[in-house]
Amino acid sequence: MSQTLVTVDGVPLKVSLARAQRRGKLKAIGLVVPLFLFILVTFFVPILDMLFRSVENQLVGEVMHRTVPLLNNWDEQSGELPSEEVFAALAEDFIEANETKLGGRVGRRLNYEKPGFSGLFRKTTRKAGSLEAPYQQSFIDINQKWGDVENWKIFKRESAPYTISYYLAAVDLGYGETGEIVRNKDDRRIYLKLFWRTVWMSSLITVICLFLAYPIAYLLSALPTRKSNLLIILVLLPFWTSLLVRTTAWIALLQQEGVINDLIVWLGFVADDNRLSMIHNRTGTIIAMVHILLPFMVLPLYSVMKTIPPSYMKAAKSLGATPFTAFVRIYMPNTVAGIGAGAILVFILSIGYYITPALVGGQSGTLISNFIAFHMSSSLNWGLAAALGAILLAIVLILYFLYDRIVGIDNMKLG
Amino acid sequence: MSNAKPLVRFVDIQKSYDGEILVVKNLNLDVAEGEFLTMLGPSGSGKTTCLMMLAGFEPATHGEIYLKDQSINNVAPHKRGIGMVFQNYALFPHMTVAENLAFPLEVRKMDKSEREQRVKRALDMVQLGPFGDRRPSQLSGGQQQRVAVARSLVFDPDLVLMDEPLGALDKNLREQMQYEIKHIHENLGLTVVYVTHDQSEALTMSNRIAVFDDGIIQQCAPPEVLYEQPANAFCANFIGENNRLFGKVIEDFGDSVKVKIDQGGEVHAKKVNVGGVGERSTLSLRPERVVVAPEEGSLPNEFSAKAEELIYLGDHIRTRFTVCGHDDFIVKIPNSAAHASLQEGDTVKIGWNMEDCRALDPSD
Ligand SMILES: Nc1ncnc2c1ncn2[C@@H]1O[C@H](COP(=O)(O)OP(=O)(O)OP(=O)(O)O)[C@@H](O)[C@H]1O
Ligand SMILES: [Mg+2]
Repeated sequence: MSQTLVTVDGVPLKVSLARAQRRGKLKAIGLVVPLFLFILVTFFVPILDMLFRSVENQLVGEVMHRTVPLLNNWDEQSGELPSEEVFAALAEDFIEANETKLGGRVGRRLNYEKPGFSGLFRKTTRKAGSLEAPYQQSFIDINQKWGDVENWKIFKRESAPYTISYYLAAVDLGYGETGEIVRNKDDRRIYLKLFWRTVWMSSLITVICLFLAYPIAYLLSALPTRKSNLLIILVLLPFWTSLLVRTTAWIALLQQEGVINDLIVWLGFVADDNRLSMIHNRTGTIIAMVHILLPFMVLPLYSVMKTIPPSYMKAAKSLGATPFTAFVRIYMPNTVAGIGAGAILVFILSIGYYITPALVGGQSGTLISNFIAFHMSSSLNWGLAAALGAILLAIVLILYFLYDRIVGIDNMKLG
Repeated sequence: MSNAKPLVRFVDIQKSYDGEILVVKNLNLDVAEGEFLTMLGPSGSGKTTCLMMLAGFEPATHGEIYLKDQSINNVAPHKRGIGMVFQNYALFPHMTVAENLAFPLEVRKMDKSEREQRVKRALDMVQLGPFGDRRPSQLSGGQQQRVAVARSLVFDPDLVLMDEPLGALDKNLREQMQYEIKHIHENLGLTVVYVTHDQSEALTMSNRIAVFDDGIIQQCAPPEVLYEQPANAFCANFIGENNRLFGKVIEDFGDSVKVKIDQGGEVHAKKVNVGGVGERSTLSLRPERVVVAPEEGSLPNEFSAKAEELIYLGDHIRTRFTVCGHDDFIVKIPNSAAHASLQEGDTVKIGWNMEDCRALDPSD
């Protein structure tokens, strides 16, 4: 072993070095802290909150705090209703819920599992004052759904503080008769189809972007700087107009009475009564999104291509390769970093894209994010929205991981 | 060398990139088979342009280039079969060294065993046998340079072009590589067209040097001729160190002239590239040809000179004199006992032979 090195005044070298570097480190931390806090508050905390909401289920247990502990003793497989004691506790909970106005919310929560709970809870809360012993009969008098064991099973299942039922719903699964997990009926399977549609449409958009952007980026990188700067501005031009304006411009162009249809009818390619429908469907979403996301493909490609010395191609040709071979064997492999960066950027952006599909997607062109938004703002089923979002996040992370394994994140060049 | 038949011929080549400026003006040059020809010249003089026209990456604006008596103006670069070493090596970063070397063989559809054999031979030639599996980025500059040379030779071209291949290397490595390239050239009997703006590199390596300036070949000659007998003031100044005196011809003896220096004094010089009486001339004189304290009357040109600055360089002492009103007159004094006494500020006699002082064009 070597002995520890010391400075002239006897302090170990490592200690002395650490001391000298501390100031530099503090300064670096000081520079990073504001952005770090900002990202923490506006990005990580909301994501964690979303992940939490997708499994959180405190409401039922809190509002029905007398009934829920007693339900643990009830054997739901017995086929009998819970005991009178449980109904008595339920009555007390409803009387309290009538005052706190929380009964409706519990009903809405249970309604996700089986339609009808919302009405049941609203009605029962309203009539809580008239409940009296024997409570079981009194409840059944208000609504005979209280006499159905199936309903009690759902109540018990969804009274746990955490639930996976949002995730089940998000992948078109549910609970069967005996509490086992089964696929939903055909007409209620929507989310898997939507996820699949989102993934393949995003892939298609990415591929189209790549094919459109590659030649442009190649041209840009080959031009002298003054000209290429001008063209880069043209590439970036779409960023200067609002997303909404651009999307509505596509509506004006693509609709049945729009410019493009008028043109091809006038040219005689299609009959006037047979105009193409290019908007408010899948085609519309793809066209508009390719247009919007194209710069995100062009820029990484351009920045990579610009760093490829022209001498590579010349060298390949001087070694006897035809221009085509030189391009495929030498030029393209050197742009992989740009292709990867652009593709992952466009794919991740489009997999979560919302406004454009909402405006021009119609029925067949909406994506999963439109449903997330719907559950956030219209149906107010935040748990399901969170579960859908979490699955989307997982898909992106898996793709990112695959990309890292295949291409390597270190090779990615964003600009 | 000059009696071998030319492998490459540039005939009346002109080149303009923008249609306004001629970058290469009327180039006529023959490169003999087996020759090592260097294009030497200041930056922007059109060396790379000439090489690119030969390799096929730039079309000539006017004139013909012949390779083995075939005009190659309309032959695509990949069909010319000319090896090329680029200044930044242009090794393909996504391929290993061996794959880089195999590339030209692959595109020629050579079969695998022969390919491997050739790659191995090429690697051994540049002493990089064990490095075949490395990426270019894992090699030092000198090693990358060798790979580039090996790659340009692996498909047995008759002609290899090198555009400042050693520009990025440090001095020691550069000298070592100069010898290696020179040996490869001799062993394989290649024809090499080499571009550099380092004159010592040109002098050590070449059979002939073409000095470029302003798109024109100023002189094309073997190194010793270029150094001893520069044809004009530009070559004299560009190759080696050179003292210049400016003046006007006052007498013409046929093969020598008498020139009156502007600031005073008359010099008897060899007539090389100068008009008759009354014309201006630049006199060129190598520092090592000046004699300090010559015997009285032994030399045709003798002047008194004041030593302004002495720099001790071991084997010789570089001395700056003021002579005939020029204060940048350099003399290399051998470090012998006879001259040890010279001090800054001393005035001594210096002189030189008529043959050593060449009367050239007035340049600027
Ligand atoms: N692609 C081009 N387009 C326009 N002008 C060019 C181009 N390439 C070179 N030139 C011009 O042609 C002239 C000669 O260039 P060239 O590259 O041949 O010089 P060089 O002798 O190789 O110089 P260096 O020693 O610096 O490499 C220069 O003035 C240069 O600006
Ligand atoms: Mg050059």
